[in-house]
Amino acid sequence: MTDSLISVKDLTLRFKTDEGLVTAVNDVSFEIAPGEVLGLVGESGSGKSVTAKALMMLNAENAVYDEDSQITLSVDGEDYDVLALRGARDQLIIRGGAISMIFQEPMASFAPAITIGEQMVEQLLIHSDMTRAEAKEISIEMLTRVGIPEPAQRFGQYAFEFSGGMRQRAMIAMALSTKPRLLIADEPTTALDVTIQAQVIELMKDLVEEFHMSILFITHDLGVIAQTADRVAVMYLGNVVETGTVRQVINSPAHPYTRGLLNSLPKLNDLEAELSPVPGDIPSPLDRPSGCVFHTRCTEAAEIAERCRTEIPLTTVGSDNHKVACHLASGEGKA
Amino acid sequence: MSDILIRANNLSVHFPLRGLGFGERPVVRAVEGINIEIEKGSFFGLVGESGSGKTTLGRAMLKAAPISHGEVIYTDDEVNYELSTISGDELKDYRKRAQLIFQDPYAALSPRMTVRDIIAEPLEVMKLTSSREETDARVREIAAMCRLNLEHLRRFPHAFSGGQRQRISIARALVSGPKFIVADESVAALDVSIQADVLNLLNKIQRESGITFLFISHDLSVIAHTCDFVAVMYLGQIVEAAPTRKLFADTSHPYTKALLSAIPSLDPDVRGNAQKLEGEIPSPINPPPGCRFNTRCPHAQERCRSEIPEWRELSAGHHVACHFAEELS
Repeated sequence: MTDSLISVKDLTLRFKTDEGLVTAVNDVSFEIAPGEVLGLVGESGSGKSVTAKALMMLNAENAVYDEDSQITLSVDGEDYDVLALRGARDQLIIRGGAISMIFQEPMASFAPAITIGEQMVEQLLIHSDMTRAEAKEISIEMLTRVGIPEPAQRFGQYAFEFSGGMRQRAMIAMALSTKPRLLIADEPTTALDVTIQAQVIELMKDLVEEFHMSILFITHDLGVIAQTADRVAVMYLGNVVETGTVRQVINSPAHPYTRGLLNSLPKLNDLEAELSPVPGDIPSPLDRPSGCVFHTRCTEAAEIAERCRTEIPLTTVGSDNHKVACHLASGEGKA
Repeated sequence: MSDILIRANNLSVHFPLRGLGFGERPVVRAVEGINIEIEKGSFFGLVGESGSGKTTLGRAMLKAAPISHGEVIYTDDEVNYELSTISGDELKDYRKRAQLIFQDPYAALSPRMTVRDIIAEPLEVMKLTSSREETDARVREIAAMCRLNLEHLRRFPHAFSGGQRQRISIARALVSGPKFIVADESVAALDVSIQADVLNLLNKIQRESGITFLFISHDLSVIAHTCDFVAVMYLGQIVEAAPTRKLFADTSHPYTKALLSAIPSLDPDVRGNAQKLEGEIPSPINPPPGCRFNTRCPHAQERCRSEIPEWRELSAGHHVACHFAEELS
């Protein structure tokens, strides 16, 4: 297991609130190898973003990490215990050093009153020992690399002068200028038009190849996942319910939730197909269902309903490391 | 063709900007010379990128955006309105007949009103009911149609998820008994699993009540599944319009093709064959001469840069504005 870039083991995260402890992430484990793109899929409220933020220790003050939780970052033969890093100096490695993040809302991710260029230079000065002039040169080079026209002029502009697609490109340029090993992309294309989304996906694929970095790609869009990821983890209400290669998960989904997500997608090659939504809404994390967390919405649970209601399904490993946490999948050779 | 509910003839919506003090004041040409006809009881889809003018067009059809040129004519069994000149009591009456469902169910509902009050407000404002009992009965009827139960009516919007909120918005749009509803990106803010649920609900309402929908979306796959007829908009103009089946079977305009191929395929083995569209949509203040799409079109030729393509019928019901539609389809 030492060949993975980052390994998350038994991550459990709760938030202290006025209404008590809220479990946001429950016993989540995954690994990302160097150069690999892991897609993290799920509805809003499934805990995708909280999981990602844990890798950079970006969750709010009221987050409580369970004792067994373990996040290990392996860079240049050295292992870092991410959750034990305290203080800004030690955390440099996970905040822009080896890990960078692109956020969903590119408008809200740039400071509005500081030029784009100044923000790019600032982080380079923090993370390397280059001079201001060198940092500026690298920044302009990165802006060129992500396809921003007239990068030298753009360098001196503010976020409001950029269009949505350009802001997201600038964000990517900024995140990559420190040459991170892992890029966390949190819904990077959700706010963009499909045409611009296609451009950004293309750009990210090129960059993965060029810089040989890993990406944790968070999205609720399985189409985007199919186009970008090597492996996929499906999250529901804080739990990872299925993990596998992108082909396994999309072509032969093992968990009823994954099947539900796929069935609710409009498909262009079959206009007659009924859209079948996953019934009901995601339950409140304050009120997590007992047993299998998905049983309240599962259409297949009727078969062995009692067990689904009471017993937490274990993760079973099928062929080619295709993992699923479902009573119906285990022991029936479905996986 | 008397079964057209609403039609736009050469409709333009312009927003003048503040000038620099000399010369002509710049004008945002959000919608420019559009002709569309929406049949009674149809589910009419309008698709395009942000900045294409879809929302402005939708609002002009509701008399919620200024109509600069042209006309919008609304005709149902009882009335016949010309929206560019409508005012006073007629406009009030039109508001009952035409409603809007907004994109963001989190911003569209007042956090300080109960769901019952939110749904009842149009009835009270438009004085459609005469007693509290009547209002309550109507609210309950509509709520049931949108799968909200009585328990829900007493709560405030914060207690609901996105999908439930969108159902509340839909209930509010339905309560005045409209004949025409503009649904502006009504599922864009929702998760896919919830999106399917709301789309199914809208389709069911349309089938059961015969309400005519103008469904605005940037997502062609959503449009494909819900609408009978699709119009594709680019930079204030409609570039292609056809019955859904026809449009997908026989895509003719290069912009429509680009939109279709940009939808990420669900097949992991089919990667990177998106016909990439370079650049972004130009500014509607200064649209390119000739065909407005020429700056991004992979097939653009000299003629496209100088001559505005005619809006013409390729086959029955299938219109397109492209010089080379025959060669490209």
